[in-house]
Amino acid sequence: MRYIKEPKIADAVSISRRVFFKKSATIGAGFTLAMTLPGCVAAGFTPDVAEGELMANAFVRISPDNTVTIIIKHIEFGQGTFTGLATIAAEEMDADWGQIVSEAAPANRKLYANGSWGTQGTGGSTAIANSYMQMREAGASARHMLVAAAAQQWSVPASQIIVSKGVVSHKSGVSASFGELAEAASNQPVPDKVNLKDPKDFILIGLDNLPRKDLGKTDGTAIFTQDIKLPGMLTAVVAHPPRFGAKVKSFSKKKATAVKGVVNVVEVPNGVAVIADTFWNAKKGRDALTIDWDYSEAMTESSVELMQRYRKVGDDEGLKAHTHGDLDGAFKRAVKIIEADYEFPYLAHATMEPMNCVVQITDDGVEVWNGSQSPTGDQLGIAAALWTLPGNVKVNTLFAGGSFGRRSNKNSDYVVETAHIAKQNGQPVPIKLVWTREDDTNAGYFRPMYFHKLRAGLDSQGKIIAWQHKIVGQSVMSDSVYAAFITNGIDSTSVEGATSLPYTIPNFEVQLKTVESQVPVLWWRSVGSTHTAYSTEAFMDELAAAAGQDPLVFRRAHLGDDPRYKAVLDLAAEKSDWGSALPANRSRGVAVHKSFGSYVAQVAELVVDGQGQYKVDKVVCAVDCGVAINPDIIRAQMEGGIGYGLSPALMSEITIDNGAVVESNFDAQKVVRMRDMPAVDVHIIASAEPPTGVGEPATPVIAPAVANALFSLSGKVRHKLPLGIRV
Amino acid sequence: MAISLKINGKKHSVDTEPDTPLLWAIRDHVGMTGTKFGCGIASCGACTVHLNGQPVRSCVMPIGSIGDQEITTIEGLDSMEGKAIQAAWDELAVVQCGYCQSGQIMSATALLKTNPTPNDADIDAALSGNICRCATYARIRNAVKHASRTISVKEV
Repeated sequence: MRYIKEPKIADAVSISRRVFFKKSATIGAGFTLAMTLPGCVAAGFTPDVAEGELMANAFVRISPDNTVTIIIKHIEFGQGTFTGLATIAAEEMDADWGQIVSEAAPANRKLYANGSWGTQGTGGSTAIANSYMQMREAGASARHMLVAAAAQQWSVPASQIIVSKGVVSHKSGVSASFGELAEAASNQPVPDKVNLKDPKDFILIGLDNLPRKDLGKTDGTAIFTQDIKLPGMLTAVVAHPPRFGAKVKSFSKKKATAVKGVVNVVEVPNGVAVIADTFWNAKKGRDALTIDWDYSEAMTESSVELMQRYRKVGDDEGLKAHTHGDLDGAFKRAVKIIEADYEFPYLAHATMEPMNCVVQITDDGVEVWNGSQSPTGDQLGIAAALWTLPGNVKVNTLFAGGSFGRRSNKNSDYVVETAHIAKQNGQPVPIKLVWTREDDTNAGYFRPMYFHKLRAGLDSQGKIIAWQHKIVGQSVMSDSVYAAFITNGIDSTSVEGATSLPYTIPNFEVQLKTVESQVPVLWWRSVGSTHTAYSTEAFMDELAAAAGQDPLVFRRAHLGDDPRYKAVLDLAAEKSDWGSALPANRSRGVAVHKSFGSYVAQVAELVVDGQGQYKVDKVVCAVDCGVAINPDIIRAQMEGGIGYGLSPALMSEITIDNGAVVESNFDAQKVVRMRDMPAVDVHIIASAEPPTGVGEPATPVIAPAVANALFSLSGKVRHKLPLGIRV
Repeated sequence: MAISLKINGKKHSVDTEPDTPLLWAIRDHVGMTGTKFGCGIASCGACTVHLNGQPVRSCVMPIGSIGDQEITTIEGLDSMEGKAIQAAWDELAVVQCGYCQSGQIMSATALLKTNPTPNDADIDAALSGNICRCATYARIRNAVKHASRTISVKEV
């Protein structure tokens, strides 16, 4: 049990029980504990524990009132971690679902690291995948301690004790709730080894429609960063450079400080911050600022010019991200060679809650309130900005109003900005940074712009014998701590999804040309697959047409050894009635793609009106994500992932003119709305494979499915996203 | 200057300029945070509240223009339609990140009030002003219809 041995949470907790009986919602025992215990500074913070409670391990706390709190190490931003991770622990505990409460973990890399990469953070659809065994063991371990306590109290063998729905009982007629046993169980040793359930005995895992554990979202009581209220708190609004790369030359704060409510104006590395009693006064203060910008190093290019540059670079040989077979020979043998290129624009994450963060600097340390995907990264970023140790930075992870990758910023941009403002303000009061929608869109970060070139050769049977794929674009990981993951010049996030096709092609190559620009870029829901799934799956339909074959038949003929692709493809085809006749104004398109270990196939059905405008009417989605922990959350993530992917498919793009973003709010930055949303029919493959993620894998599949339906309808190939609203 | 606002049946005196948008008066002065900031230009619907029962975007409504009109926020939603909408949202597990949902619920409640049995086109028209980036739209649509049915059952 890795999580118990390494961090010695049991020791830490027993000390906390003896020394600190505090249970406070704000700066509580965990903070004091971590700041006090020798050697714990680097380890970070621990959950609060009160007297009489059982902190069985880093993830399970049982209170005398019979509440079982599951500590959730992954942020909840709609993808369902508060429910999903709690389901797994509750399953092994045999807890009653009604007694389960979920709580966000404090920042503590040792206790709460993501097993996929070693720091505390959420991303890459890893929450369930990396926590599955950990949460099972945590639940089983807590159960073991409760049973041991009961066995001791009742003087019966532990093997005769039954646990069901939160009640521990023995055939002699005695029984006790978890809460009644909590204190006694806290004196039991933490087991070295626990027995896990046989999956066939799962009760909660796989159960449909378990009530969710991220509460308060239908009555306005859920607290997001935007809603944090603290004594003495001030609000900051920042004037950022109007163009990428511009800097503050000088500014006058006179008019800003004259605005009622404005208390301070400070310069920070990327602009000038106005601090006031309320948001509106801070914004008025910012509007009154006079700033002289230094444009000497500012970006001048437009996105049109950038794409021209990318197309030119696309003529050059790139670095080989993957290669096998004899490509030249295969192209020589091919009876047909098909070429296509594809353009992808910058994309904004456009979370509903614009970027924001609360930071308070006091003599005791730094405290942060934020809905961040990267507690460890934010601790490091703030520590570097404020010249302190990461262990002095307490992070309170709140619900986030969407993220889609944005709040996993490689530079902790807006978080560090808040820390700079708090530092420059020089007072121990909390500072809430609020970005307006325009700030959010204009500052970036964005999904990079990409240019793809594809070339394939078919033999006389219509089989693909050669495939060459070249990708041109900025690297997400460069210029950050993640640059260490770039190997041989290849940023894997630029080519993922292109290097691992569902299809077996004997002669195959993927090249990457990484280019630079001053536009800040970041991962965006499903990352590389946002563009690679489109180019590869749209190209497959072009090849199917060249081979004179049905797109589904053509795909099936090229599938490799992995049966899971075929299973999702066949299920989506069956449920969408693929191949059946449609009225002349309707068409279907299919696409299949694996990302983050999960397999997704979709069939999109379009309907065209008399004016040549189309609507995506319905989408059938088949998914194989291994063991289905919460089927309804899987369905919800497929539905939402499709809706999210539909925006860049149909209408979203960020364009740049003279180094500045053109679309700054939702009037210009088009996104899918109610009227654009198709009906979505999700089918989950029953599987005993280890669970994989569902937050991202639906997103990249919808654009090629729609493009292929358009291709089938009009015969016109779509080489540029967004597709627009006309056939 | 102090401006009087009637929110959820209670009078609040707000000491700020009349050009302050209702959204920020509700959030920063009255201290109720269920109504959300999303765009500031009446384009996303996250800030939707009711003014005399009508859905309005509070982010562009100066408090100086409101007078004694009745403001209802998500915290004060207690109509039969509102309760039915909230129950349907929970039952159909509509919510993902949740940030837009106060606004969605306020818009959907206003729709049911004027149109107890909305069809798809009615729902499109009434709710296309409310963006949900998690794209919970399909479930919102079903939940509106579900709430409509639960109300009609009650009325029978």
